[in-house]
Amino acid sequence: MKQKFNIIESTCVPLPLENIDTDQIIPARFLKATTRDERFFGENLFRDWRFRSDGTPDPGFVLNDPRYGGEILVAGKNFGSGSSREHAAWALAGYGFRVVISSFFADIHKNNELNNFVLPVVVSEDFLQEIFAAVREDPSAKIRVDVPAQTVTLVPTGRCETFELNPYKKYCLMNALDDIDYLLLQRDKIEAYESR
Amino acid sequence: MNTLFDKIWDAHVVQKVEGGPDQLYIDRLYCHEVTSPQAFDGLRARGIRCFRPERIVCMPDHNTPTHDQEKPITDPVSRKQVDALSANVAEFGLTHYRMNDPRNGIIHVVGPERGLSLPGMTIVCGDSHTSTHGAVGAVAFGIGTSEVEMVMASQCILQAKPKSMRIRIEGTLGKGVTAKDVALFLMSRLTTSGATGYFVEYAGSVVRNLSMEGRLTLCNLSIEMGARGGFVAPDETTFAYLKGRPHAPEGEEWDRSVAFWKTLRSGEDAVFDREIVFDGTEIQPMITYGTNPGMGVPVTGTVPSLDRISEEAQPSFLKALRYMHFHPGEEMIGKPVDYVFLGACTNGRIEDFRAFASIAAGRHRAPGIIAWLVPGSWAVRRQIAEEGLDKVLEEAGFEIRQPGCSACLAMNDDKIPSGKYCVSTSNRNFEGRQGPGSRTLLASPLVAAAAAVTGVITDPRELL
Repeated sequence: MKQKFNIIESTCVPLPLENIDTDQIIPARFLKATTRDERFFGENLFRDWRFRSDGTPDPGFVLNDPRYGGEILVAGKNFGSGSSREHAAWALAGYGFRVVISSFFADIHKNNELNNFVLPVVVSEDFLQEIFAAVREDPSAKIRVDVPAQTVTLVPTGRCETFELNPYKKYCLMNALDDIDYLLLQRDKIEAYESR
Repeated sequence: MNTLFDKIWDAHVVQKVEGGPDQLYIDRLYCHEVTSPQAFDGLRARGIRCFRPERIVCMPDHNTPTHDQEKPITDPVSRKQVDALSANVAEFGLTHYRMNDPRNGIIHVVGPERGLSLPGMTIVCGDSHTSTHGAVGAVAFGIGTSEVEMVMASQCILQAKPKSMRIRIEGTLGKGVTAKDVALFLMSRLTTSGATGYFVEYAGSVVRNLSMEGRLTLCNLSIEMGARGGFVAPDETTFAYLKGRPHAPEGEEWDRSVAFWKTLRSGEDAVFDREIVFDGTEIQPMITYGTNPGMGVPVTGTVPSLDRISEEAQPSFLKALRYMHFHPGEEMIGKPVDYVFLGACTNGRIEDFRAFASIAAGRHRAPGIIAWLVPGSWAVRRQIAEEGLDKVLEEAGFEIRQPGCSACLAMNDDKIPSGKYCVSTSNRNFEGRQGPGSRTLLASPLVAAAAAVTGVITDPRELL
């Protein structure tokens, strides 16, 4: 959903597994929807980790742990690998996540998050492990993501890192504009390119 | 600098967005039924049409059943998605190879096969295995649905230019070692994120000596190392493959095109952001033991022991082994198998069926093995019959189905039941990929055939 970004301060959901692929974020059988109903995809986020085969919630999975919640997902290295399905980004947005923090993102999924106003924030592996340790200790620990300043802060310890975001995309996120809005204004340049 | 990737990418830059990505012109957009409906909805919401409809080719492949395609799809949800594509292509005036059309098949098999994917092009599709088309010498990559909408709206995409990597594989491949084994070997060495942020040029004598089918398999799996795409510079093998294809240039235009395509190579002075060299003679027939494609070992090898896995990676490693019901240090040879799947955009081409048949010929499907042999397209299906491979396979107890993505991601009825092991020639062994609870072992068509006739994981070199 298009929404303006500024400063987000929230508790987080920690998922300290590496190489979480988009088939886990949203299994293929939920890809048959022909509409972009984020609520539907959000309800099925991490479906096969959240629910046992009999349909009951798996209490061992973090999304079913009442101690954890918030607008920020913190995940292990190489988040979003595999299938290009944008449904994974829709599911994250539909569940209510506005930021995903990891030490490494797969390329296509990272773009998909940005195109759906979910902000991927890359931190060092060391900082990532510190965040996991802090929220394991205290699930109410907050993280502050400051988009204008491009910083991410673990509030209880004050440790802060800057993150990358190109000026164009930052402008889009802070003003709720998408790439199609931009491209539609470029038709003369596209036609000039075609007649080269 | 001066790499083939730079040449193709830079020639397609409409403009560099200030403080942002490149605006890249796209020569070809492919659409299937799964990742396109929301893009068409987006166009309708904005009240716009496709900017260059003649550059867009659509076909259903993910939901299509692999039997009785002449009848309506029985699963109402799958049928609705395939029907939505038909309605959208009619409304927006696009080319459509509908289900059961003789031109239909998996997009990444059909595109090169019909000469729609050509050297020097930029090619995208809402599908990560779009990297396949790089085998013809194109810059081809998978995108999300918002990006599909971008291309429909403007024939352009905003994209940061990836870095360039060259992977050279020198020497020769041993008996029973295929392009699939090369790819599984690369993933096992580089991991599933080893090439993230890069576009890969495959080079070296092993790659030069691969057929087009082999190159398509290799490029297909680029994404499984995290690479945005992978390609092979076009050469005589490429030109021989493309000549006479329905959408390839003809006559004088063909000659002009080949003259241009011959210029599509990295300069002698090309500088890559990263370069890696492997010795092809080291590569063995491979198989995966875990739940990502980087978790592969030689088929004669063992599941790694825990002391070889880093501390941060151990939770994921142990989770994978719990899912697979495997133990650290176990041998792969001799493990029982329930299902065998030959097909997918990775290994659904004629050469893959020839390879499978070379082991199946004169043998018989092992008792209890369920095997799905699914051609990548109707054209492949027809060639199987022309070469008499269908007879050979039928005598060995194997049935050839109708084309589609099938059990690669189980969006149709071809699902591996929970807890069952499948030796699969597809591209992903993620948890639940082939159906909830399914356990996938990725391998080449030769390893798949060896498992199909013995019922257990077997070194195919013993049967060749």
